[in-house]
Amino acid sequence: MEVVTYTNVETFVQHLPEVTAAGVWIKAIIILAIISAVAGFGTYLERKVLAFMQRRLGPMHVGPYGLLQIIADGIKLFTKEDIVPQNANRLIFMVAPVITAATAFIALAAVPVFPDFTIPEWIPVLGGTFVPSIAADLNIGILFVLGMMAAGLYGPLLAGMAQANKWGIIGAARTAVQFLSYEVVTGLSILAPIMLVGSLSFVDFNEAQAGGISHWLIWQQPVAFVLFLIAGFAETNRTPFDLLEHEAEVVSGYATEYSGMRWGMFFIGEYANMITISIIAAIVFLGGYSEEGIGWLTIILKVGFFFFLMLWVRAAWPHVRPDQLMWLCWKVLMPIAVINVVITGIVMMV
Amino acid sequence: MGLEQFKNRNVGQQNYVMLDLEHTPETGMGKFRQVVRRTFKAELFVGLWVTMREMINALFKGQMHTVKYPFEKLPISPRYRAIHEMLRLLESGHYRCIGCGLCEKICISNCITMDTRYDENQRKEVSEYTINFGRCIFCGYCAEVCPELAIVHGPRYETASEQRASFSLFEDMLTPIDKLNLQQEYDGFGAVTPNADENIKKTPLAY
Ligand code: SF4
Ligand code: SF4
Repeated sequence: MEVVTYTNVETFVQHLPEVTAAGVWIKAIIILAIISAVAGFGTYLERKVLAFMQRRLGPMHVGPYGLLQIIADGIKLFTKEDIVPQNANRLIFMVAPVITAATAFIALAAVPVFPDFTIPEWIPVLGGTFVPSIAADLNIGILFVLGMMAAGLYGPLLAGMAQANKWGIIGAARTAVQFLSYEVVTGLSILAPIMLVGSLSFVDFNEAQAGGISHWLIWQQPVAFVLFLIAGFAETNRTPFDLLEHEAEVVSGYATEYSGMRWGMFFIGEYANMITISIIAAIVFLGGYSEEGIGWLTIILKVGFFFFLMLWVRAAWPHVRPDQLMWLCWKVLMPIAVINVVITGIVMMV
Repeated sequence: MGLEQFKNRNVGQQNYVMLDLEHTPETGMGKFRQVVRRTFKAELFVGLWVTMREMINALFKGQMHTVKYPFEKLPISPRYRAIHEMLRLLESGHYRCIGCGLCEKICISNCITMDTRYDENQRKEVSEYTINFGRCIFCGYCAEVCPELAIVHGPRYETASEQRASFSLFEDMLTPIDKLNLQQEYDGFGAVTPNADENIKKTPLAY
C-alpha cells in the first residue's frame, strides 16, 4: 500500500512546475480575498435558503434579489462602533475574534482550493509565476487542518471568558464541553480512511480515489463518513450543535458583547470553517477533484452540496442540549468510531 | 373545496387520532432499544424532506407567503373602520352630505365639528366639517347613522402623519372630483371580506 502511494506522489511532484515563494504569496492573497467574499456570500445564501424553506422571500430590496445586501451588511459591520465592555479584559476581548478568523484561514492554507495555474508571461513583474492549488502542500495536511480548526475554538472560549457577561461565560463553558466531546469523534472517524489510504496528505487522498465514483471512500467507509459529518457540524458550530451561541437560551453566548467588525470576524471564521469542512469531506470521502476536464467544477459542486446540507439541516432540525451532545459523543459516536477503526484494521490485515 | 366538513358541528364524531405515545423506558436495555429504534427509523430524514418540500412549494408552485408590504397589501375587510371618507354623488359630483347634523349628534367622543349655512339658492350647504382624530375612537356610529351614505369609513389604515390635521378637514376626506369614477361604495356593516371563502378554512371548526 505505502509503496504505491509513494510512487504516486513522486510522479505527481515530478511533472509540476517549481513552487516559488511568490506563487505561495499570490495563492494566499487569492484564498483570503475569495474565501472572505464567499463567506459573505454564504450569509446571503443562508438567509435565502432558510427563507425559501419557510416559504419567505428573504432579502429582496438591496440590489437585484437582495444581492447587494452583503455589501450593505459589510458597510454596517465596518462602520459600527467598536465597544469594549467596562469590566472586560480588554486585551483578550480584542484578540479573541482574531484567533477565530486567523485559524480558519490558516487551516485553508493546507487545503486545495481552486486549480493551480501559471500567470501569463505578458503580465509585468509576476509573469510566469506558478500558483499552486495548495498554498502549503504539507504531507500531514489533514492533521494540520483539523488541529488548526480545533485551535480556533480558543476564540469563542477566550471571548466568552473575557467579556464579564454571564451569557458569555455560559457560552465559553459550552465551548469547552463541545470541544472535548466532538474532537475525539472527528479524529477517530477520519482515522479509518487514513488507514486505508496510508497517508495524511490531501493529494494522496485525491489520487487514491481517482478512478471515478466507484472508487470513492464513502462506499468503503459509510460509517466514518456519517460520523465525520456529525462531528463536522459540531466543529463548525452549526445547528443541531450550535450550543455556543444559541439565541433562545444564552442570548448570543460567547458573542453577546461583541459588535461591529469583531463580531464580523467570528462570523467570517465560522463560514470559512464551514467551507473547510465541506472541502475536507469532499476530498476525503467523495473523491475530491480531478485535474483534467471539468474536474474542478465537480469539487465545487460537492462543496456546494455540503454547504447546502448545513443550511438545510439548520432549517429542519432542532438543536440538542449540551448534556445530549456529550451523551451522543461519548456514549454513541465514540464507540461506533472505535469499532469502525478496529473493523477496518481487521479487514486490512486479512 | 366543499364546505361540508366545516358545517359539521358534531364534534364527537370527527376523526380524532390518538397519538401513540410510548412510555419512557426504565431499564437500560429498554433505553438502548429506544435509541436504536429512533436512530434507524429515519425520522430525521422526514424532517429534512418536509423543509425541502416547502422550499419546492414556495419556489415552483407559487406558495410563497411573503407580502411585500408597502408595494403589496392584503385585502382588508369592508367592515374595517379606518379614516373616514366623504363621498360624492356619482351623477352631479356634488358632495352627498346634506348637513343634517346626525353624525355630529351621535358621535360618542364629540369629535365631529360641523357648521352649515344657506347658500345663494337658499339651500343648506356645509360650511365647515372637521373630525378631531385625536379623539375619534373609530366606533363607526357616524357612518351608521348617516342617512345619505355620505360619511363612510375608508380602507386607508396607514395613518402615520406629521399632524393629524392632515386627515381631518372636509376637503381631505372628500373624494377628489377627478377621481369620482374611482369612488368606492361602502359595503357597510356586516359585509364579508372579498377573500372570505379562502379564509374560511382557518375557522376552528376545521379541527
Ligand atoms: S367613528 Fe365614532 S368617534 Fe369617530 S367620528 Fe364617527 S362617531 Fe365619532
Ligand atoms: S349624518 Fe351624513 S348627511 Fe348628516 S351631516 Fe353627517 S355626514 Fe352629513
